[in-house]
Amino acid sequence: MDRLVDLLPELWAATAETLYVVSLSLIFGGIAGLFVGLALYATRPGSLFPHRFLFGTINVIVNFFRPIPFVILLAAVQPIARSLGIPGIGPEFGIFAITIASLFAISRIVEQNLLTVRPGVIEAARATGASRSRILLRLLPREALGPLILGYTFIVVALVDMTAIAGAVAAGGLGEFAIVYGFKQFNPWVTWAAVLVIIVIVQAVQFLGNALARRVLRR
Amino acid sequence: MTLIHLTGVTKTFPPSTKESPPVTAVDDVSLDVAAGEVCGIIGYSGAGKSTVLRLVNALETPTTGTVEIDGRDITRLPERALRELRGDIGMIFQQFNLFDSRTVAKNVAYPLEVARRPRAEIAARVDELLRFVGLADKAHSYPEQLSGGQKQRVGIARALATNPRILLADEATSALDPDTTQEVLALLKRINKELGVTILVITHEMDVVRTLADRVVVMEDGRIIEAGAVFDVLSSPQHAATRRFVASIIEDVPAGDQLRALSSRHPGRIVTFTIRDGDVAQADVFAALSSHGVRFELVHGGINDIGGRVFGHLTLALTGEADAVQQAIEAASAFASLIEEDPRG
Repeated sequence: MDRLVDLLPELWAATAETLYVVSLSLIFGGIAGLFVGLALYATRPGSLFPHRFLFGTINVIVNFFRPIPFVILLAAVQPIARSLGIPGIGPEFGIFAITIASLFAISRIVEQNLLTVRPGVIEAARATGASRSRILLRLLPREALGPLILGYTFIVVALVDMTAIAGAVAAGGLGEFAIVYGFKQFNPWVTWAAVLVIIVIVQAVQFLGNALARRVLRR
Repeated sequence: MTLIHLTGVTKTFPPSTKESPPVTAVDDVSLDVAAGEVCGIIGYSGAGKSTVLRLVNALETPTTGTVEIDGRDITRLPERALRELRGDIGMIFQQFNLFDSRTVAKNVAYPLEVARRPRAEIAARVDELLRFVGLADKAHSYPEQLSGGQKQRVGIARALATNPRILLADEATSALDPDTTQEVLALLKRINKELGVTILVITHEMDVVRTLADRVVVMEDGRIIEAGAVFDVLSSPQHAATRRFVASIIEDVPAGDQLRALSSRHPGRIVTFTIRDGDVAQADVFAALSSHGVRFELVHGGINDIGGRVFGHLTLALTGEADAVQQAIEAASAFASLIEEDPRG
């Protein structure tokens, strides 16, 4: 308990680091995943820009990366990060690895949520003279916004999880704090303090996401 | 003046699986729709009606043949020109297909935003349209807050936003109850009469054809098998498939189980006379039957009114001596055509 009080500054620093890694990963992975998801949706057979080869290629790439357990992916992308000039440990490496992992998960979530928009709605828009790219980039994301927000909320929770795992290989944040000061020094109080902070973060994100989605869905 | 002109149009879709053959949805269809006309396309589902409709606004392109709108061949137009063309052709749907994320007013505004009209003009036009369809008080509601009939009226307002000369209606009343169907049909009639919009309507409902269409085209297996004035096609269909279809939407000639039930309840021979305005004197039919000493009972039937002309069928159970009944039937046949089916058959 006393040890925990001594470690409070480190706990807050670790919390700030987790929030930093999660938010930057969300921005990079979220935007990249949105575009890959739009591409998956648009190029599938019978969609707005059907392209068998492109769809097949993106689909295989996504299916290749998505099932890799994150802790293994983390090790696997380290050489790539180094070759790009990103250090192999620390928060920046965490952001790099999490962006790659979340990109593929997010692209599937985006694709699936866009698929919930009825084809008749797209046909109605085309019948008004709207261009296919206008429908893809402006109408569809808006029509699927409610489920998209819930999907992204789900992903943020997964990002917090991934950040903690990345912490285990010295990428900073609450994961590293819990492992280094709690687990390795046999101090459950410290570990549970990290758990508590993570619960608060996850609850806050989930509350915000639900509230936003409710507003968009008007229910 | 011909506004929509299809010549020898065929549309073949690639096979859905590698083993199955390609599907010919529309097979050598030629069709003319005059400006200001309401043309109905009827037929069983899968007959190719929806594809014909989508060829007119180029949501589908023909495999062979040409589609002309107002004398302009649209078959080989680039996408940009097609988008402009679609501003001149509105479309409404069975499932309404409104944008759920947009208010009623924003739904109606969509085609105007697409056409890059100035904001003030859009607001004024949306106002005018919502008053025209009677939904001015619902401008800020969302589609999920509306009834089916109100949703279709929003769909109609959206389709009319850019002042199109053509309106395509794809089973526009099939998801509505009978009262609401009448409201929507009255609105479509007004759009045709007051705004002079040419309407091409797909339906399998008798009411739509009867109250709205000037002319009707019957499709089966991708082909047009019959076409003509609504009264002529419905009252004396020439093609067997048309007869079957007309019987299914009018249901005034008993057949199958219904005929067996009638014959078990009523003694005597059961015959059906076709009544058709102009050709048939009903009174002469009854007089002929009476003069042969045959008693008759009216057991089934229906009279349809299409634009003030009537046609229909009367099913009678005739009792009396077999010879007298036979003679009476022959005499009455001189005045009206006769259908007699063996109830056991």
